[in-house]
Amino acid sequence: MPLFSEAGLPASFVPLSFADWQSRPEWPAVSLANTDPVEDLAPHVGRLRLIVLNFPKFSDGRAYSQARLLRGRMGYRGELRATGGVLQDQIPFMLRCGFDSFESDQKGFEEALAKARTLFSVVYQPAEDGRVPASRLRLDHTGPAVG
Amino acid sequence: MPDTHFYRYDDYDKTLVAERVDQFRDQVRRRIAGELTEEQFKPLRLTNGLYLQLHAYMLRIAIPYGTLASHQLRKLAEISRKYDRGYGHFTTRQNLQLNWIKLEDAPDALAALAEVDMHAMQTSGNCIRNVTADHFAGAAIDEIEDPRIWCEIVRQWSTLHPEFSFLPRKFKIAITGSPNDRAAVRVHDIGLRLWQNEQGEVGFEVIVGGGLGRTPMIGKTLREFLPRDELLAYLEATLRVYNRYGRRDNLYKARIKILVHEIGAEKMREEVEAEYASMRDSALRLPAETIEAIARQFAPPVLAEQPAISGKVEALRLEDRDFALWLKSNVAPHRVQGYAIVTASLKPAGSPPGDASAAQMEGVADIADAYSQGEIRVSHEQNLIFPHVAIEDLPVVWLALGRLGFAEANVGKITDIIACPGLDYCALANARSIPVAQRISTHFAGLAQQHDIGDLKIKISGCINACGHHHVGHIGILGVDKNGVELYQLSLGGDVDFGKTAIGTILGPAVTADKVVEAVDALVATYLDTRSAGERFVDTYRRIGAKPFKERVYAAV
Repeated sequence: MPLFSEAGLPASFVPLSFADWQSRPEWPAVSLANTDPVEDLAPHVGRLRLIVLNFPKFSDGRAYSQARLLRGRMGYRGELRATGGVLQDQIPFMLRCGFDSFESDQKGFEEALAKARTLFSVVYQPAEDGRVPASRLRLDHTGPAVG
Repeated sequence: MPDTHFYRYDDYDKTLVAERVDQFRDQVRRRIAGELTEEQFKPLRLTNGLYLQLHAYMLRIAIPYGTLASHQLRKLAEISRKYDRGYGHFTTRQNLQLNWIKLEDAPDALAALAEVDMHAMQTSGNCIRNVTADHFAGAAIDEIEDPRIWCEIVRQWSTLHPEFSFLPRKFKIAITGSPNDRAAVRVHDIGLRLWQNEQGEVGFEVIVGGGLGRTPMIGKTLREFLPRDELLAYLEATLRVYNRYGRRDNLYKARIKILVHEIGAEKMREEVEAEYASMRDSALRLPAETIEAIARQFAPPVLAEQPAISGKVEALRLEDRDFALWLKSNVAPHRVQGYAIVTASLKPAGSPPGDASAAQMEGVADIADAYSQGEIRVSHEQNLIFPHVAIEDLPVVWLALGRLGFAEANVGKITDIIACPGLDYCALANARSIPVAQRISTHFAGLAQQHDIGDLKIKISGCINACGHHHVGHIGILGVDKNGVELYQLSLGGDVDFGKTAIGTILGPAVTADKVVEAVDALVATYLDTRSAGERFVDTYRRIGAKPFKERVYAAV
């Protein structure tokens, strides 16, 4: 499946399944099912270069939580790749949860990825992309900017 | 734009809604061009409020916490004329549904909504839905704090939430700020009840895993008292546990209530508290300035106290029996002396519950401008409410509502029926609901008789999904399909009052459509014959049990 990356060249390591990786935890790339216990990676995130998270169907959103835990709670900084049911209309959500590479065979995906960060200039909640939510921006003004 | 006494969009809100319309316009274009399959398009249209129904697309417009300004209601009337058939249907979730929208018109209808700071985001789909509240919020005499402040905070946090837009199933949150719960918080995925502890601090009781549908359950209290500034962190922790561990193998077992039921409330609490412990001091903790800024926008209108008794009202009360009954059933006390909360009944005898034409919506907007600070509420009982009416103005408001057909003195009575759209509109339904409601309403139309029967809530659903909340009706009516015949199952004793929340018990075999009225008549007759002084229908049922009701019903049908 074609691979798209926001962060330059994607990692070229072949990811191991979680079960295989557990017996070789020094290997820098792992692919998790969305039911695998992402917390178990915590002691290893500094060493990992690629984590692949799976969307068995685009409508199964468990990997969004896995991604946020990896980025936000465990401080993982390597490549975070989405695979499986990955469609262009999910990109804004995925970027906010900390994904930075995507496997998708949907037509037009690359163009959509290029535009995805500019679709919404306002966000309402803190996530893993460092964007400042509206509630915080409002505090920097003397009053609400009523239009 | 006129002044409102609730949250006003600023440039951030306006920008986000406008960008969402642009995004959806592009998605509709791609769908029509064949670039998106219906399966791929479905969650996109659903999270923009667009359903594919039996005959056409239906647009479900969000009315956050059921609060509308008059200019917004006028815009809804305009949209219903321009893009629909000139009427709309107010729902049990304080939304408005338009039943005849064309796909290619949907982006323009949403753009028209955005002109008045409204949208249809997350009124459907497996995401956090439009948050509901007590429809008397900000006016109720028993209120501790206006729950809409918190609804707005939750609205913003949940809108386009990147982690929770593909949940196992839909997720409904309701908030009440009064001890008399008018928001049914124990039958929502999360119910929040504001209360004041012994130290005088206000916080939330957090209730999780309630719901109706095919497996009705009363929610469990996960937290007795949650400090207000920790609300979003606690909600995010709860939603994360649900997103990760909620079932996805079976559509009917995917709501959070099933997770809570299967792992138990104790284990659920442990999971949520563990998750919450690592995020309570995160960026989700609400700064006092943020809470205060939103609370200021809900500052109640300045109303000068007036005499509690008006000569005009007392004179008309003696003169006109219908007005006297209307005062009893449709007028509730207000927190300011000399004012009242007026409920306009969208259930005139024989009409589909919750329907309003464009002209009626405009008429309601005019009344709100003249007599209720320009504000209207939608109740989950499918009525419209004027929250701030001077007692002095009650006669003129009653006359004006009478001209619109909304002055029926039946709020809380047997003809104030909640019904889902049913088989006439809904692709999921097994049976019709609205015609059944209409027949019961016609049969019991006499106002004196209704007031004699007293408080009695009938709730009708056309299928097991329970959009008509039949489980919590004093009399619940559920449409079922048996070999192609529409039958109706009756249940008794449901309730949503706080502390008394109960799921009704099925009475016996289902009855045919033409016998529903007889069956309800027999239930009412049993009550009238056996009630003690001051007892409501549901109290009598609790005292004497189902047997006498059952015997009379099955002798009659």
